[in-house]
Amino acid sequence: MKVLVAVKRVVDYNVKVRVQADHKAVELANVKMSINPFCEIAVEEAVRLKEKGIATEIVAVSIGSKGCQETLRTALGLGADRAVQIETEDGVDSLAVAKLLAEVAKTESPDLIILGKQAIDSDNNQTGQMLAALLDMPQATFASEVVVENGEAQVTREIDGGLQTLAVSLPAVVTTDLRLNEPRFIKLPNIMKAKKKPLDVKTPEELGVSTASNVNVISVTPPAERQGGIKVGSVAELVEKLKNEAKVIA
Amino acid sequence: MSILIIAEHDNANLKPATLNTLAAATQIGGDVDLLVVGANCQTVAEQASKAEGVSRVLLADNSVYEYQLAENVSKLVVELSEGYSHILAPATTTGKNMLPRVAALLDVAQLSDVIKVESADTFVRPIYAGNAIATVQSNDTVKVITIRATGFDPVSAEGGSAELVTLSQVIASDKSRFVGEELAESDRPELTAANIIVSGGRGMGSGDNFKILDGVADKLGAAVGASRAAVDAGFVPNDLQVGQTGKTVAPDLYVAVGISGAIQHLAGMKDSKVIVAINKDEEAPIFQIADYGLVADLFEAVPELESAL
Ligand SMILES: Cc1cc2nc3c(=O)[nH]c(=O)nc-3n(C[C@H](O)[C@H](O)[C@H](O)COP(=O)(O)OP(=O)(O)OC[C@H]3O[C@@H](n4cnc5c(N)ncnc54)[C@H](O)[C@@H]3O)c2cc1C
Ligand SMILES: Nc1ncnc2c1ncn2[C@@H]1O[C@H](COP(=O)(O)O)[C@@H](O)[C@H]1O
Repeated sequence: MKVLVAVKRVVDYNVKVRVQADHKAVELANVKMSINPFCEIAVEEAVRLKEKGIATEIVAVSIGSKGCQETLRTALGLGADRAVQIETEDGVDSLAVAKLLAEVAKTESPDLIILGKQAIDSDNNQTGQMLAALLDMPQATFASEVVVENGEAQVTREIDGGLQTLAVSLPAVVTTDLRLNEPRFIKLPNIMKAKKKPLDVKTPEELGVSTASNVNVISVTPPAERQGGIKVGSVAELVEKLKNEAKVIA
Repeated sequence: MSILIIAEHDNANLKPATLNTLAAATQIGGDVDLLVVGANCQTVAEQASKAEGVSRVLLADNSVYEYQLAENVSKLVVELSEGYSHILAPATTTGKNMLPRVAALLDVAQLSDVIKVESADTFVRPIYAGNAIATVQSNDTVKVITIRATGFDPVSAEGGSAELVTLSQVIASDKSRFVGEELAESDRPELTAANIIVSGGRGMGSGDNFKILDGVADKLGAAVGASRAAVDAGFVPNDLQVGQTGKTVAPDLYVAVGISGAIQHLAGMKDSKVIVAINKDEEAPIFQIADYGLVADLFEAVPELESAL
């Protein structure tokens, strides 16, 4: 079984991002970049399927500028077999990403496609669902458990009310939630091995996909700052303030 | 302009997030149709027809829609989409699961988690865990949007009298099948609809310890929430997670107990009206946004709080 995994390069989750002074975008110069945490979980899941003898080949795909080759090397270090970068400017919108991934899927014919549920920069939470629609595949989003057997994937999903389990026939699209697994640390020998694994570069033109967007970003501004509050000395004082000052309890 | 909203419900009750989405639609302007897709959900359609600002309720009631699977519901929405300028759904796990499929099938972008309507084509949404706020303008012929409930005060659930239209389309879902579910049962208010929330973090130490929050929550009529760390550690189920990748809440009062205040947690609760933090580490970042901070051991402060209420 072949597994395709989409990985995005994003600002590291520990970085507190700042908005550019011109309010056009967030500051990306000299900011630490990493693999999107949900994508790391996606790669880890694919690797575990391979270790169980279910998956035979893992192909990692990333869309963006040259920097995302670094992200692909991380995926290869975790255990992906080969990688494909689609060279575009950064910040291509989700629909275009989904179209590009759909073209890759048409040539690779994977049985399972795993994406993160959400990129922590755009916070879109839509690419996997769009990809599934474009390929007319079933989807299981926000996965916290994936069991592949008998030509289908049984997936437990984290939903607002609790957990839901769906069975989707393969090929299918799965998007990862936080509890699916805990990604391994990449050992040094695997970093060395990753450097030797194949990494192809393609262009949107080769895939026949336009990355033009119908959505314009008018501005990017900092959020309203919360006024810092006060420290109270005791529970009694806290209750008194909540009753008489904030008036949020009776 | 004409707007189609996909109602959030569980086949028995219309969920409040629908009313917030209706409020967003009202700000965009135009006729609003509310689509109820489910099975044996006639009562939901009746509730929907009373909501303020709805012109028509479209009811697709069939066993194939019982679990609102994304595959067939998205196709149904696309079949109905002709003539609508906007298609909206609440930014719940149901809306987030299904609406991007609609967008892709219509070959348009989706705007996720919109918190403000500037005009019929310009919207505001948080990015980077709410550390930046983007204003975006869409030139797509149909604007497909999920609405973050905390950005909009709900319209009234009563007073409307929308026309009820029964749909006949039956689209089966042959590639995806419901197997089972484990839904949290609780007498407490729903997290996203609660006026007061008491949340616990890793500092609670265990699932058993977490129960000390119940006493406070009971006295306040509050919902109970949690940080990711508390969910990951298995103290509480996943549906309690508040944050960038969990639920977004904005109650009148949010009490964070044993939560450090990571940006991913703040993303889900920093629009609360009043924030209280109880933490033994006076340097914890949560204190920077708390209106009232109490530096204390939670195992002493929480029981004391319960008896003081
Ligand atoms: C991709 C991604 C998505 C994420 N999404 C979310 C999300 O949606 N929601 C979320 O919450 N997090 C999320 N996180 C995790 C986030 O980064 C933090 O790790 C998490 O919020 C920490 O939880 P915590 O505050 O409970 O734990 P900690 O950071 O460990 O804090 C525990 C706190 O408890 C205090 N404490 C301990 N014992 C006591 C005591 N006896 N009395 C009083 N205080 C005590 C400590 O001083 C400390 O401040 C995400 C992370 C990533 C990478
Ligand atoms: N530029 C990209 N390159 C590769 N994968 C991507 C890209 N953008 C989004 N994805 C995938 O889609 C998931 C969800 O992203 P989003 O819909 O943008 O929140 C990510 O976790 C990735 O798996």
